[in-house]
Amino acid sequence: MPQIDTKLSFYDFLGTCKTRLGIGRMNYMVPSGLYAIGAPTKDDPVLVTANYKMSYDKVRSVLTARNVWLLVLETYGINVWCAAGKGTFSTQELVRRIGLSNLTKVVAHRRLILPILAAPGVAAHEVKRQTGFSISYATIRAEDIPKYFDNNMLTTAKMKEQTFTFRERTVLIPVELLLSLKPTAITVAALFIIAALLQGPRYGLMTVYAYLGAVVSGIAIAPLLLPWLPGRSFAFKGFLTGLAWSATFYLLADGREWNIFITFAAFLTIPAVSAFYTLNFTGCTPFTSRSGVKKEMRLAMPVMGISVILGVIFVLAGKLL
Amino acid sequence: MKGFSYLRNVATLKLNIKKCIGCGRCLEVCPHQVFSLAEKKAIITNFDACMECGACAINCPSTAIFVDSGVGCATGLINEWIHEQKMFSARKKCC
Repeated sequence: MPQIDTKLSFYDFLGTCKTRLGIGRMNYMVPSGLYAIGAPTKDDPVLVTANYKMSYDKVRSVLTARNVWLLVLETYGINVWCAAGKGTFSTQELVRRIGLSNLTKVVAHRRLILPILAAPGVAAHEVKRQTGFSISYATIRAEDIPKYFDNNMLTTAKMKEQTFTFRERTVLIPVELLLSLKPTAITVAALFIIAALLQGPRYGLMTVYAYLGAVVSGIAIAPLLLPWLPGRSFAFKGFLTGLAWSATFYLLADGREWNIFITFAAFLTIPAVSAFYTLNFTGCTPFTSRSGVKKEMRLAMPVMGISVILGVIFVLAGKLL
Repeated sequence: MKGFSYLRNVATLKLNIKKCIGCGRCLEVCPHQVFSLAEKKAIITNFDACMECGACAINCPSTAIFVDSGVGCATGLINEWIHEQKMFSARKKCC
Protein backbone atom coordinates (compact mmCIF):
# COMPACT_ATOMS: atom_id res chain seq x y z
CA MET A 1 0.00 0.00 0.00
CA PRO A 2 1.64 3.29 -1.04
CA GLN A 3 1.80 5.79 1.79
CA ILE A 4 1.80 9.43 0.71
CA ASP A 5 2.99 12.70 2.17
CA THR A 6 0.64 15.61 2.81
CA LYS A 7 3.38 18.18 2.38
CA LEU A 8 3.82 19.45 -1.14
CA SER A 9 7.40 19.80 -2.33
CA PHE A 10 8.97 22.45 -4.52
CA TYR A 11 8.63 20.05 -7.46
CA ASP A 12 4.88 19.77 -6.88
CA PHE A 13 4.66 23.57 -6.93
CA LEU A 14 6.76 23.69 -10.09
CA GLY A 15 4.51 21.05 -11.66
CA THR A 16 1.42 23.15 -10.86
CA CYS A 17 3.02 26.24 -12.43
CA LYS A 18 4.02 24.33 -15.56
CA THR A 19 0.57 22.86 -15.94
CA ARG A 20 -1.06 26.28 -15.47
CA LEU A 21 1.10 27.39 -18.40
CA GLY A 22 -0.08 24.45 -20.47
CA ILE A 23 3.26 22.59 -20.34
CA GLY A 24 2.61 18.84 -20.19
CA ARG A 25 -0.92 19.65 -19.06
CA MET A 26 -2.57 16.67 -20.74
CA ASN A 27 -0.09 14.27 -19.19
CA TYR A 28 0.07 15.42 -15.56
CA MET A 29 -1.09 12.39 -13.63
CA VAL A 30 -0.42 9.93 -10.83
CA PRO A 31 -1.10 6.17 -10.89
CA SER A 32 -4.66 5.27 -9.95
CA GLY A 33 -5.30 3.06 -6.94
CA LEU A 34 -5.61 3.15 -3.17
CA TYR A 35 -3.23 5.29 -1.13
CA ALA A 36 -2.79 5.70 2.63
CA ILE A 37 -2.47 9.10 4.25
CA GLY A 38 -1.15 8.95 7.82
CA ALA A 39 -1.80 5.53 9.36
CA PRO A 40 -5.41 4.70 8.48
CA THR A 41 -7.17 1.70 10.03
CA LYS A 42 -10.10 -0.29 8.71
CA ASP A 43 -12.49 2.20 10.30
CA ASP A 44 -11.02 5.36 8.76
CA PRO A 45 -12.79 7.25 5.97
CA VAL A 46 -12.19 6.72 2.26
CA LEU A 47 -11.90 9.80 0.05
CA VAL A 48 -12.18 9.48 -3.72
CA THR A 49 -10.46 11.75 -6.26
CA ALA A 50 -9.15 11.94 -9.83
CA ASN A 51 -5.64 11.07 -10.99
CA TYR A 52 -4.91 14.56 -12.35
CA LYS A 53 -1.87 15.39 -10.27
CA MET A 54 -3.13 18.87 -9.39
CA SER A 55 -6.36 17.36 -7.97
CA TYR A 56 -4.42 14.69 -6.07
CA ASP A 57 -1.94 17.26 -4.68
CA LYS A 58 -4.73 19.57 -3.61
CA VAL A 59 -6.53 16.80 -1.73
CA ARG A 60 -3.50 15.31 0.05
CA SER A 61 -2.14 18.74 0.99
CA VAL A 62 -5.19 19.49 3.18
CA LEU A 63 -5.04 16.17 5.05
CA THR A 64 -2.02 16.80 7.28
CA ALA A 65 -2.19 14.91 10.58
CA ARG A 66 -5.20 12.84 9.51
CA ASN A 67 -5.63 9.15 8.86
CA VAL A 68 -7.49 8.71 5.61
CA TRP A 69 -7.66 6.32 2.68
CA LEU A 70 -7.41 8.01 -0.72
CA LEU A 71 -8.90 6.13 -3.66
CA VAL A 72 -7.56 7.65 -6.89
CA LEU A 73 -9.60 6.88 -10.00
CA GLU A 74 -8.18 6.57 -13.51
CA THR A 75 -9.37 9.76 -15.18
CA TYR A 76 -6.42 9.96 -17.58
CA GLY A 77 -5.03 13.10 -15.99
CA ILE A 78 -8.28 15.06 -16.10
CA ASN A 79 -9.63 16.94 -13.06
CA VAL A 80 -12.67 15.73 -11.12
CA TRP A 81 -15.35 17.96 -12.67
CA CYS A 82 -14.27 17.67 -16.32
CA ALA A 83 -13.71 13.93 -15.92
CA ALA A 84 -17.17 13.54 -14.41
CA GLY A 85 -18.67 15.56 -17.26
CA LYS A 86 -16.84 13.54 -19.88
CA GLY A 87 -17.49 10.13 -18.36
CA THR A 88 -14.11 8.97 -17.04
CA PHE A 89 -14.85 9.78 -13.39
CA SER A 90 -17.79 7.42 -13.63
CA THR A 91 -19.90 4.85 -11.83
CA GLN A 92 -18.17 2.16 -13.85
CA GLU A 93 -14.64 3.34 -13.03
CA LEU A 94 -15.48 3.74 -9.33
CA VAL A 95 -16.96 0.24 -9.13
CA ARG A 96 -13.96 -1.17 -10.99
CA ARG A 97 -11.43 0.64 -8.78
CA ILE A 98 -13.21 -0.53 -5.60
CA GLY A 99 -12.78 -4.08 -6.85
CA LEU A 100 -9.17 -3.71 -8.05
CA SER A 101 -8.03 -2.11 -4.78
CA ASN A 102 -9.73 -4.75 -2.63
CA LEU A 103 -11.42 -1.99 -0.70
CA THR A 104 -13.97 -4.34 0.89
CA LYS A 105 -11.08 -6.11 2.64
CA VAL A 106 -9.14 -2.94 3.52
CA VAL A 107 -11.97 -1.17 5.34
CA ALA A 108 -14.70 -2.51 7.59
CA HIS A 109 -17.25 0.22 6.81
CA ARG A 110 -19.10 0.77 3.53
CA ARG A 111 -18.96 4.49 3.02
CA LEU A 112 -17.20 6.61 0.39
CA ILE A 113 -16.67 10.36 0.42
CA LEU A 114 -16.74 11.98 -3.00
CA PRO A 115 -16.26 15.58 -4.10
CA ILE A 116 -19.59 17.23 -4.97
CA LEU A 117 -18.27 18.01 -8.45
CA ALA A 118 -17.88 14.27 -9.14
CA ALA A 119 -21.65 13.88 -9.09
CA PRO A 120 -22.22 14.51 -12.85
CA GLY A 121 -20.38 11.24 -13.54
CA VAL A 122 -21.38 8.98 -10.67
CA ALA A 123 -24.79 7.48 -9.89
CA ALA A 124 -24.57 7.01 -6.13
CA HIS A 125 -27.49 4.55 -5.98
CA GLU A 126 -25.87 2.39 -8.69
CA VAL A 127 -22.55 2.25 -6.82
CA LYS A 128 -24.47 1.23 -3.69
CA ARG A 129 -26.33 -1.47 -5.59
CA GLN A 130 -23.23 -2.89 -7.24
CA THR A 131 -20.69 -2.67 -4.39
CA GLY A 132 -22.57 -2.00 -1.16
CA PHE A 133 -20.71 1.27 -0.64
CA SER A 134 -22.89 4.29 0.04
CA ILE A 135 -21.72 7.66 -1.23
CA SER A 136 -21.65 11.02 0.49
CA TYR A 137 -20.92 14.01 -1.70
CA ALA A 138 -18.94 16.09 0.76
CA THR A 139 -17.61 19.44 -0.46
CA ILE A 140 -16.89 21.34 -3.66
CA ARG A 141 -13.39 22.48 -2.68
CA ALA A 142 -10.69 20.22 -1.27
CA GLU A 143 -9.73 22.82 1.35
CA ASP A 144 -13.13 22.34 3.02
CA ILE A 145 -12.52 18.61 3.65
CA PRO A 146 -10.94 19.12 7.11
CA LYS A 147 -13.91 21.26 8.16
CA TYR A 148 -16.22 18.57 6.81
CA PHE A 149 -14.47 15.95 8.97
CA ASP A 150 -14.62 18.21 12.01
CA ASN A 151 -18.31 18.90 11.39
CA ASN A 152 -19.30 15.24 11.93
CA MET A 153 -19.15 14.63 8.17
CA LEU A 154 -21.94 17.08 7.49
CA THR A 155 -21.86 19.46 4.54
CA THR A 156 -22.58 23.09 5.38
CA ALA A 157 -24.11 25.57 2.92
CA LYS A 158 -20.72 27.18 2.43
CA MET A 159 -19.08 23.89 1.44
CA LYS A 160 -21.67 23.54 -1.35
CA GLU A 161 -21.31 27.03 -2.66
CA GLN A 162 -19.64 27.38 -6.03
CA THR A 163 -17.39 30.43 -6.42
CA PHE A 164 -15.52 32.10 -9.27
CA THR A 165 -13.33 34.69 -7.57
CA PHE A 166 -10.89 37.06 -9.25
CA ARG A 167 -8.05 34.72 -8.25
CA GLU A 168 -9.88 31.65 -9.55
CA ARG A 169 -10.38 33.40 -12.88
CA THR A 170 -6.81 34.72 -13.04
CA VAL A 171 -5.15 31.28 -12.86
CA LEU A 172 -7.12 30.19 -15.94
CA ILE A 173 -5.86 32.99 -18.18
CA PRO A 174 -2.27 31.82 -18.99
CA VAL A 175 -3.32 28.44 -20.34
CA GLU A 176 -6.18 30.00 -22.31
CA LEU A 177 -3.77 32.48 -23.93
CA LEU A 178 -1.26 29.74 -24.71
CA LEU A 179 -3.91 27.46 -26.20
CA SER A 180 -4.87 30.25 -28.61
CA LEU A 181 -1.25 30.81 -29.61
CA LYS A 182 -1.28 28.65 -32.73
CA PRO A 183 -4.43 30.04 -34.41
CA THR A 184 -3.37 33.53 -33.32
CA ALA A 185 0.09 33.14 -34.89
CA ILE A 186 -1.41 31.96 -38.18
CA THR A 187 -3.99 34.78 -38.25
CA VAL A 188 -1.39 37.40 -37.32
CA ALA A 189 0.95 36.26 -40.10
CA ALA A 190 -1.86 36.33 -42.66
CA LEU A 191 -3.08 39.75 -41.48
CA PHE A 192 0.42 41.21 -41.62
CA ILE A 193 1.01 40.03 -45.17
CA ILE A 194 -2.39 41.23 -46.42
CA ALA A 195 -2.24 44.62 -44.68
CA ALA A 196 1.38 45.17 -45.72
CA LEU A 197 0.56 44.41 -49.34
CA LEU A 198 -2.48 46.72 -49.29
CA GLN A 199 -1.13 49.67 -47.31
CA GLY A 200 2.55 49.08 -46.54
CA PRO A 201 4.47 47.42 -43.66
CA ARG A 202 3.52 50.08 -41.11
CA TYR A 203 -0.15 49.19 -41.54
CA GLY A 204 0.80 45.53 -41.40
CA LEU A 205 2.28 46.00 -37.94
CA MET A 206 -0.65 48.13 -36.81
CA THR A 207 -3.08 45.41 -37.85
CA VAL A 208 -1.07 42.87 -35.87
CA TYR A 209 -1.18 45.04 -32.73
CA ALA A 210 -4.90 45.59 -33.16
CA TYR A 211 -5.57 41.87 -33.52
CA LEU A 212 -3.36 40.82 -30.59
CA GLY A 213 -5.11 43.40 -28.42
CA ALA A 214 -8.47 41.98 -29.45
CA VAL A 215 -7.35 38.46 -28.47
CA VAL A 216 -6.08 39.64 -25.07
CA SER A 217 -9.27 41.65 -24.57
CA GLY A 218 -11.42 38.57 -25.21
CA ILE A 219 -9.33 35.96 -23.39
CA ALA A 220 -7.94 37.94 -20.46
CA ILE A 221 -9.60 41.31 -19.87
CA ALA A 222 -13.26 40.34 -20.18
CA PRO A 223 -12.89 37.17 -18.03
CA LEU A 224 -11.06 39.13 -15.33
CA LEU A 225 -13.72 41.85 -15.32
CA LEU A 226 -16.53 39.30 -15.74
CA PRO A 227 -18.84 40.18 -12.84
CA TRP A 228 -18.47 43.92 -13.40
CA LEU A 229 -19.21 43.99 -17.13
CA PRO A 230 -22.90 44.64 -17.78
CA GLY A 231 -25.22 42.07 -19.35
CA ARG A 232 -25.57 38.29 -19.06
CA SER A 233 -24.21 37.37 -22.48
CA PHE A 234 -20.50 36.55 -22.63
CA ALA A 235 -20.29 37.65 -26.25
CA PHE A 236 -21.67 41.05 -25.23
CA LYS A 237 -19.14 41.38 -22.39
CA GLY A 238 -16.33 40.53 -24.83
CA PHE A 239 -17.78 42.99 -27.34
CA LEU A 240 -17.61 45.75 -24.69
CA THR A 241 -13.94 45.15 -23.80
CA GLY A 242 -13.20 44.84 -27.53
CA LEU A 243 -14.88 48.19 -28.12
CA ALA A 244 -12.80 49.70 -25.33
CA TRP A 245 -9.67 48.30 -26.98
CA SER A 246 -10.76 49.70 -30.38
CA ALA A 247 -11.05 53.15 -28.82
CA THR A 248 -7.72 52.81 -27.01
CA PHE A 249 -6.06 51.63 -30.19
CA TYR A 250 -7.59 54.54 -32.11
CA LEU A 251 -6.00 56.96 -29.66
CA LEU A 252 -2.64 55.16 -29.49
CA ALA A 253 -2.24 54.69 -33.23
CA ASP A 254 -3.22 58.21 -34.26
CA GLY A 255 -6.63 57.19 -35.50
CA ARG A 256 -7.48 60.70 -36.63
CA GLU A 257 -5.05 60.20 -39.48
CA TRP A 258 -6.77 57.04 -40.73
CA ASN A 259 -9.29 57.31 -43.50
CA ILE A 260 -12.89 56.73 -42.50
CA PHE A 261 -12.99 53.22 -43.99
CA ILE A 262 -10.09 51.97 -41.84
CA THR A 263 -11.73 53.48 -38.76
CA PHE A 264 -14.98 51.65 -39.50
CA ALA A 265 -13.11 48.42 -40.19
CA ALA A 266 -11.24 48.63 -36.88
CA PHE A 267 -14.37 49.32 -34.84
CA LEU A 268 -16.22 46.45 -36.56
CA THR A 269 -13.63 43.68 -36.44
CA ILE A 270 -11.80 44.20 -33.12
CA PRO A 271 -14.92 43.86 -30.92
CA ALA A 272 -16.05 40.83 -32.96
CA VAL A 273 -12.78 38.96 -32.35
CA SER A 274 -12.85 39.85 -28.65
CA ALA A 275 -16.51 38.77 -28.38
CA PHE A 276 -15.73 35.38 -29.89
CA TYR A 277 -12.95 34.65 -27.42
CA THR A 278 -15.04 35.72 -24.42
CA LEU A 279 -17.91 33.55 -25.65
CA ASN A 280 -15.45 30.67 -25.74
CA PHE A 281 -14.52 31.36 -22.12
CA THR A 282 -17.92 29.95 -21.10
CA GLY A 283 -16.17 26.56 -21.24
CA CYS A 284 -13.96 27.62 -18.31
CA THR A 285 -16.64 28.96 -15.98
CA PRO A 286 -18.46 26.99 -13.31
CA PHE A 287 -21.91 28.44 -14.02
CA THR A 288 -22.73 28.70 -17.74
CA SER A 289 -25.10 26.16 -19.27
CA ARG A 290 -24.75 24.35 -22.57
CA SER A 291 -28.16 25.56 -23.73
CA GLY A 292 -27.22 29.13 -22.89
CA VAL A 293 -24.00 28.90 -24.89
CA LYS A 294 -25.92 27.37 -27.82
CA LYS A 295 -28.39 30.25 -27.73
CA GLU A 296 -25.60 32.82 -27.56
CA MET A 297 -23.80 31.18 -30.45
CA ARG A 298 -26.90 31.17 -32.65
CA LEU A 299 -27.34 34.91 -32.03
CA ALA A 300 -23.76 36.13 -31.78
CA MET A 301 -21.84 34.09 -34.36
CA PRO A 302 -23.70 35.51 -37.39
CA VAL A 303 -23.23 39.05 -36.02
CA MET A 304 -19.50 38.42 -35.53
CA GLY A 305 -19.21 36.96 -39.02
CA ILE A 306 -21.03 39.88 -40.64
CA SER A 307 -18.90 42.39 -38.69
CA VAL A 308 -15.69 40.79 -39.91
CA ILE A 309 -16.91 40.58 -43.52
CA LEU A 310 -18.03 44.23 -43.43
CA GLY A 311 -14.65 45.16 -41.96
CA VAL A 312 -12.87 43.47 -44.85
CA ILE A 313 -15.17 45.22 -47.37
CA PHE A 314 -14.39 48.58 -45.74
CA VAL A 315 -10.65 47.96 -45.93
CA LEU A 316 -10.90 47.03 -49.61
CA ALA A 317 -13.19 49.98 -50.30
CA GLY A 318 -10.71 52.30 -48.56
CA LYS A 319 -7.99 51.02 -50.85
CA LEU A 320 -9.98 51.19 -54.07
CA LEU A 321 -11.93 54.43 -53.59
CA MET B 1 -24.10 31.68 -7.45
CA LYS B 2 -23.25 34.95 -5.78
CA GLY B 3 -22.25 37.71 -8.20
CA PHE B 4 -22.76 35.65 -11.37
CA SER B 5 -25.75 34.81 -13.50
CA TYR B 6 -26.11 33.55 -17.03
CA LEU B 7 -28.90 33.68 -19.62
CA ARG B 8 -32.44 33.18 -18.31
CA ASN B 9 -35.06 30.63 -19.41
CA VAL B 10 -32.70 28.45 -21.39
CA ALA B 11 -31.95 25.39 -19.23
CA THR B 12 -33.37 22.02 -20.34
CA LEU B 13 -33.91 20.91 -16.73
CA LYS B 14 -37.19 19.07 -16.09
CA LEU B 15 -38.46 17.54 -12.87
CA ASN B 16 -41.23 14.95 -12.89
CA ILE B 17 -42.84 15.54 -9.53
CA LYS B 18 -44.92 12.35 -9.76
CA LYS B 19 -41.80 10.20 -9.90
CA CYS B 20 -39.95 12.10 -7.14
CA ILE B 21 -39.52 10.11 -3.91
CA GLY B 22 -38.17 13.06 -1.94
CA CYS B 23 -34.77 11.53 -1.13
CA GLY B 24 -33.04 14.89 -1.42
CA ARG B 25 -30.09 13.61 -3.44
CA CYS B 26 -30.54 16.39 -6.02
CA LEU B 27 -30.12 18.98 -3.27
CA GLU B 28 -26.91 17.27 -2.21
CA VAL B 29 -25.28 17.18 -5.65
CA CYS B 30 -26.40 20.46 -7.23
CA PRO B 31 -23.53 23.00 -7.17
CA HIS B 32 -25.97 25.88 -7.63
CA GLN B 33 -28.76 25.12 -5.15
CA VAL B 34 -31.39 24.84 -7.88
CA PHE B 35 -33.60 22.49 -5.81
CA SER B 36 -35.25 22.56 -2.43
CA LEU B 37 -37.53 20.16 -0.59
CA ALA B 38 -41.16 20.96 0.13
CA GLU B 39 -43.64 18.47 1.59
CA LYS B 40 -41.28 15.54 0.96
CA LYS B 41 -40.87 16.37 -2.73
CA ALA B 42 -38.12 18.16 -4.59
CA ILE B 43 -39.00 21.43 -6.25
CA ILE B 44 -37.05 23.66 -8.59
CA THR B 45 -36.63 26.97 -6.84
CA ASN B 46 -33.76 28.50 -8.78
CA PHE B 47 -34.24 27.39 -12.39
CA ASP B 48 -32.00 30.00 -14.01
CA ALA B 49 -29.00 28.98 -11.90
CA CYS B 50 -28.97 25.55 -13.59
CA MET B 51 -25.77 25.03 -15.60
CA GLU B 52 -26.87 21.63 -16.93
CA CYS B 53 -24.01 19.66 -15.37
CA GLY B 54 -26.32 16.65 -15.12
CA ALA B 55 -25.41 15.67 -11.54
CA CYS B 56 -29.04 15.65 -10.35
CA ALA B 57 -30.33 13.56 -13.26
CA ILE B 58 -27.70 10.80 -13.02
CA ASN B 59 -28.02 10.64 -9.23
CA CYS B 60 -31.81 10.57 -9.12
CA PRO B 61 -32.74 7.01 -8.08
CA SER B 62 -36.28 7.34 -9.48
CA THR B 63 -35.25 8.97 -12.81
CA ALA B 64 -37.49 11.93 -12.07
CA ILE B 65 -35.05 14.49 -13.49
CA PHE B 66 -34.10 15.19 -17.09
CA VAL B 67 -31.41 17.56 -18.28
CA ASP B 68 -29.50 17.75 -21.55
CA SER B 69 -25.92 17.98 -20.28
CA GLY B 70 -22.64 18.20 -22.12
CA VAL B 71 -19.71 20.36 -23.22
CA GLY B 72 -20.53 24.04 -22.94
CA CYS B 73 -17.78 26.04 -24.60
CA ALA B 74 -17.96 27.57 -28.06
CA THR B 75 -15.00 25.55 -29.40
CA GLY B 76 -16.52 22.34 -28.05
CA LEU B 77 -19.89 23.09 -29.64
CA ILE B 78 -18.32 24.05 -32.97
CA ASN B 79 -16.35 20.79 -32.92
CA GLU B 80 -19.54 18.91 -32.11
CA TRP B 81 -21.40 20.56 -35.01
CA ILE B 82 -18.55 19.85 -37.41
CA HIS B 83 -18.60 16.27 -36.21
CA GLU B 84 -22.37 16.02 -36.70
CA GLN B 85 -22.07 17.44 -40.21
CA LYS B 86 -19.33 14.85 -40.82
CA MET B 87 -17.31 17.54 -42.58
CA PHE B 88 -14.09 16.14 -41.16
CA SER B 89 -13.11 14.63 -37.88
CA ALA B 90 -12.58 17.56 -35.55
CA ARG B 91 -9.58 17.47 -33.31
CA LYS B 92 -10.41 17.41 -29.64
CA LYS B 93 -8.40 20.16 -28.08
CA CYS B 94 -10.81 21.30 -25.46
CA CYS B 95 -10.63 21.27 -21.65
